[in-house]
Amino acid sequence: MTDTVLRSANREVIIGFDRPFVIIGERINPTGRKLLADEMAAGDFSRVEADTLAQVAAGAQMLDINAGIPMADEPSILAATIRLVQSITDVPLSIDSSIIAALEAGLDAYDGRALVNSVTGEEEVLEAVLPLVKKHDAAVVAIANDETGISEDPDVRFAVAKKIVERAADFGIAARDVVVDPLLMPAGAIDGAGRQALSIIRRLREELKVNTTGGASNISFGLPNRHGLNGAFLSMAIGAGMTSAILNPLHGEEMAAIKGADVMMGVDPSCQAWMARYRDPTVQRESRRGGRNVRGRRGGGGGDQARAAGSGA
Amino acid sequence: MAEDNNLNDNEDDDLDLKSLNDEDLVAQMHDDLYDGLKAEIAEGVNILLSRDWEPYEVLTKALVEGMRIVGIDFRDGILFVPEVLMSANAMKAGMAILRPLLAESGAPQMGKMVIGTVKGDIHDVGKNLVSMMMEGAGFEVIDIGINNPVENYIAALEEHNADILGMSALLTTTMPYMKVVIDALKAKGVRDDYVVLVGGAPLNQAFADSVGADAYCVDAAVTVEIAKDLMARRQGSGVDRMTLAAEG
Repeated sequence: MTDTVLRSANREVIIGFDRPFVIIGERINPTGRKLLADEMAAGDFSRVEADTLAQVAAGAQMLDINAGIPMADEPSILAATIRLVQSITDVPLSIDSSIIAALEAGLDAYDGRALVNSVTGEEEVLEAVLPLVKKHDAAVVAIANDETGISEDPDVRFAVAKKIVERAADFGIAARDVVVDPLLMPAGAIDGAGRQALSIIRRLREELKVNTTGGASNISFGLPNRHGLNGAFLSMAIGAGMTSAILNPLHGEEMAAIKGADVMMGVDPSCQAWMARYRDPTVQRESRRGGRNVRGRRGGGGGDQARAAGSGA
Repeated sequence: MAEDNNLNDNEDDDLDLKSLNDEDLVAQMHDDLYDGLKAEIAEGVNILLSRDWEPYEVLTKALVEGMRIVGIDFRDGILFVPEVLMSANAMKAGMAILRPLLAESGAPQMGKMVIGTVKGDIHDVGKNLVSMMMEGAGFEVIDIGINNPVENYIAALEEHNADILGMSALLTTTMPYMKVVIDALKAKGVRDDYVVLVGGAPLNQAFADSVGADAYCVDAAVTVEIAKDLMARRQGSGVDRMTLAAEG
């Protein structure tokens, strides 16, 4: 059992073995989204607001916040974005930057226990990021590459992940607070990338006993029907022991693959979450305890409708 | 000619490239490049050479033109990355035969590119795609890998007498290093000796302008188009002749 506990002011989410897979929404990231980048740089957060609400409604348990805009004041934009997002939702956040000052500003602005995204195995980065993680009692995403690059050898990547976990321990950060990103590579450009990812995920869980995450859509880069392929990967990765991923929760294929995998892994008791998500809300139930649209029930239709709305999404 | 009829009957399974006239063979090679058929491309190149084609003509009319078609369909989302990689591999098989002959014959060069990921950055999937597409377009590519300090770029540009510098970065923390490299070229007074192309997910045109690059390249197909265009404008020679030759 390895639990990584993340918190906002009033909600807790746990990434862990034998728990439902945690979906970290990826949309609040200006990389490759010119409009969003221009708006965020100009202090217009309306799109951030809409993306926040849509991702949470679609089932994201956490949100990744990135403000990596070229030639902009990333620390202050990241802090402002975090404050704005925390004012409209209570899902815990992942603070995403490769700039140390931005991570620091983000952590100062954040209310709760954040996931810092990310640290690599590069000595300079370890020394800069890990003290910040410790100071703010946060958890951290550990990307399994170092100065020498992204190895195609799963043993090397595993060794880098192990080194990061050990260095984190030197700084007083427990292994349960290190979520390893094994670096998901495009299956269309690198032969065997899928099997490689599955094998390293399995080893990270069984040998290093850490939680895992990663950019799920990387796997399908350059291919058609990306959502279908992402979904196939996600359900297999969850089978191999992956415990969270950063992805766009607005796509049905990925979400069905994840929620279905939760059922298969036995972490969706009595398939409650699956049914709540996919039950046809328009069908009238015959049961005496009342269906969704039965007239004249105690409390009127209001409660039923509220429940239907809450579980629909 | 009973055998010929036979061949026509079985055209789809077993096409004898030797039986095609030049025009049909070149068209068939375009199809074979599109389908990533390595052995067929090598065979086609050898047949054209045996018919006394100039190596340069084989390169432009058969290979570069075929890869141009591949590039268009990649750009338009009709072909996908694994298919383009197969096409590039087939192209390579043809180039392996042509390269020594081209060097001997002193044929015009498309251009030489030095490409690498900048210091502090180890991402190379996009860079590798650009390398292959550029090679496919007939450029000679010197790939200096990841995590390159200024000295590596300058040493490679000088050693290979390159025309184009390509830099890649995938991080907002590493992309400013492109300016460091370009400033170093300026300090040496050689900035304008090169076409400087930059690319990577967090970049945009404004960034490319601010660091003093010649162009921002959004993907591998676009990189090839921009490189051809800038080389043509710069030299007014080699590439124009290539294009004319390819258009026959």
